[in-house]
Amino acid sequence: MAVAARKAGRVASGAANKSISNKSAARKAAPNTPQFSKDEDLSAYRDMLLIRRFEEKSGQMYGMGLIGGFCHLYIGQEAVVVGMQMATKEGDQLITGYRDHGHMLACGMDAKGVMAELTGRRGGLSKGKGGSMHMFSKEKHFYGGHGIVGAQVSLGTGIAFANHYRDNGNVCLTYFGDGAANQGQVYESFNMAQLWKLPVVYVIENNRYAMGTAVSRASAQTDFSKRGVSFGIPGEQVDGMDVRAVYAAGQRAIEHARSGKGPYILEMQTYRYRGHSMSDPAKYRTKDEVTRMREEHDPIEQVRRRLLESWKLSEDELKVIDGKVREIVNEAAEFATHDPEPDPSELYTDILL
Amino acid sequence: MAIDILMPALSPTMEQGKLAKWLKKEGDKVKPGDVLAEIETDKATMEVEAVDEGVLAKILVGDGTDNVAVNTPIAVLAGEGEDLATAAANAKMPDLVAAPAAAPAAPVVSEAPATVPAAPAAPQVAYDAGAEVPAGTEMVSMTVREALRDAMAEEMRRDGNVFVMGEEVAEYQGAYKVTQGLLQEFGAKRVVDTPITEHGFAGIGVGAAFTGLRPIVEFMTFNFAMQAIDQIINSAAKTLYMSGGQLGAPIVFRGPNGAAARVGAQHSQDYAAWYSAIPGLKVVMPYSAADAKGLLKSAIRDANPVVFLENEILYGQSFPVPVMDDFTIPIGKARIHRQGKDATIVSFGIGMTYAIKAAEELAKEGIDVEIIDLRTIRPMDIETVVASVIKTGRCITVEEGYPQSGVGAEIAARIMENAFDYLDAPVIRVTGKDVPMPYAANLEKLALPNVGEVVQAVKAVTYR
Repeated sequence: MAVAARKAGRVASGAANKSISNKSAARKAAPNTPQFSKDEDLSAYRDMLLIRRFEEKSGQMYGMGLIGGFCHLYIGQEAVVVGMQMATKEGDQLITGYRDHGHMLACGMDAKGVMAELTGRRGGLSKGKGGSMHMFSKEKHFYGGHGIVGAQVSLGTGIAFANHYRDNGNVCLTYFGDGAANQGQVYESFNMAQLWKLPVVYVIENNRYAMGTAVSRASAQTDFSKRGVSFGIPGEQVDGMDVRAVYAAGQRAIEHARSGKGPYILEMQTYRYRGHSMSDPAKYRTKDEVTRMREEHDPIEQVRRRLLESWKLSEDELKVIDGKVREIVNEAAEFATHDPEPDPSELYTDILL
Repeated sequence: MAIDILMPALSPTMEQGKLAKWLKKEGDKVKPGDVLAEIETDKATMEVEAVDEGVLAKILVGDGTDNVAVNTPIAVLAGEGEDLATAAANAKMPDLVAAPAAAPAAPVVSEAPATVPAAPAAPQVAYDAGAEVPAGTEMVSMTVREALRDAMAEEMRRDGNVFVMGEEVAEYQGAYKVTQGLLQEFGAKRVVDTPITEHGFAGIGVGAAFTGLRPIVEFMTFNFAMQAIDQIINSAAKTLYMSGGQLGAPIVFRGPNGAAARVGAQHSQDYAAWYSAIPGLKVVMPYSAADAKGLLKSAIRDANPVVFLENEILYGQSFPVPVMDDFTIPIGKARIHRQGKDATIVSFGIGMTYAIKAAEELAKEGIDVEIIDLRTIRPMDIETVVASVIKTGRCITVEEGYPQSGVGAEIAARIMENAFDYLDAPVIRVTGKDVPMPYAANLEKLALPNVGEVVQAVKAVTYR
């Protein structure tokens, strides 16, 4: 599903989001949160719902033994990638780590192909040879899907290097988590990106836990927007549960990078509802914390409420959208269940060109 | 239609688990995403979420039930407008002690092969490197250093997507002067000085290559590339495969490899065997200036990641190089450096210097050896090696790298697989010694292979 309203984007208020405390009380919409048009809200709702439903289905299919190995679900973080995609223009690239299903759907990659890759079938986007963490699309400018924590930061900086080399005006959105933010190559990349003024936006998805380790137990500086300070890279903290705040911050950051001023850091304060992967002890945080985040800050629920209250859509109208999303997901699951496994001859293809 | 809710697996290896507790009760309405129940194994807990909308008609497996097999129906969900009683009545109580129920939709398995399909067979004909330079071509004497520089300059003139990056490649003119003059000709945009940050700039190079640029990443030495080996292997070598052929990395990683002289253990390691173990990489290690030039040009044009291993001691040595408009040498083809009939020496890179001197000494004693310069370690031109061994019946390998799992070990294994019946003696490996490189001059000399060892090995296999 494409982010239809991207071109209709309104100009967001220029004021930077003030630092938002991790204490949830401060998460009520900041006073300067930009407003969305009805079309933008509808578009964001659809795109986030697709990711939510897709991931729920992935979880179910994993439970049925149809998906193997690692499977990292994006549930809870949908506003981050959807808001950022709304702020991009055609040609901008994105790259991320292993929690990548949401990014692929948000940039318009085929849900059937993603799901069939999860089940390891020949119709998967990588012919079944990549798996959950390794899918790519040149057409959608999606550069993966990387399983080594932090590696995508240097790679994304390299894509930005190529943009700069070609002077093509494109920006590379480089996503990584609060865990990856502690890897050394991240800072090597920050240094070169600022030194050479590369058009890259570093989107740090701070979902508060690196696997099972809370941010405060792993990071000496938990304000990730400041991680570029020693290189002079500007950064801001963003309410990553509010798609409007993400979009507005994304526009500021992308504009900064596109205009030749170099990299920009956005710390997206978000939350992962599910475990790190499917096998998760769930002992490192309380059930109450998860429940509170779901009930008070759910990114999709926020938009849903606006659609009902501000835009006066009826429950039935939303049901139609929900139904269409479910149809896409069910079709993907159906395809991914019955598509054959790769031909054995595929074992030895695609090693060298 | 009523929908069975099945016991999910938390991991591919899970066969059964405990249904810890139900969070919904019979008659409750459920929406997708609602948590229905919690399940546990000895290592993890997981929530069972509703995927479909409906009413929980019947719970089939109660709170606290242990050993529930994966894919056992644990509850029945009635769809919208469906009669609860009917849905519940139609539900079959699961037999909890039974073996795990079959997955509801068994994956469609392709005809399972009885054995792993064989890798594509390589041609059986030995390559004739003699045809690379047409007879009568003018030759000039040139150092390996100059040959490498010329190769890069020619390819940069030919293709605007080619650029060089690395430490001291631009203003300093190259730590070993290999990039001398490139900044002056091509400018700072295409000859990029990096900070001392191998891991980072290797990743940047690979990212740029994903977009179709053709980076030449110079490591001041390959000893420092261990910082970057994750990007070389996990990102550059594997992405083409992981993407089902969509996205590759046309990139060259080059620089001096192996021991220089008196620089100690951390600066004296040969990585030929390391990189040659990796599918998705090509690994080239030239000896002569002509090969260095022709192979580097091919490496830059190659669509795959190429690890190009040079040698600091060879940089200053001069060789005849053909004067040709566009001289390239194919990757993956060995060159017969010297024809002979009594024994085959297989070597590459600086190992060739020992092989050549040993052959000269042996010739004085009437032993006529054939020398094969592998030039490329991966893909390995084993046909040329086997053809020679079939002729001589004896083989020794020479390299500066470690003995265990070295390139020589690989060659010996391949000869056993392909020419065992032709062998008149065991294959002998002459290698660097199995120790970190010492600093003291005498110890360093002992740690490296030498001409005497090669001579001795040849005499051993020829029973002289």
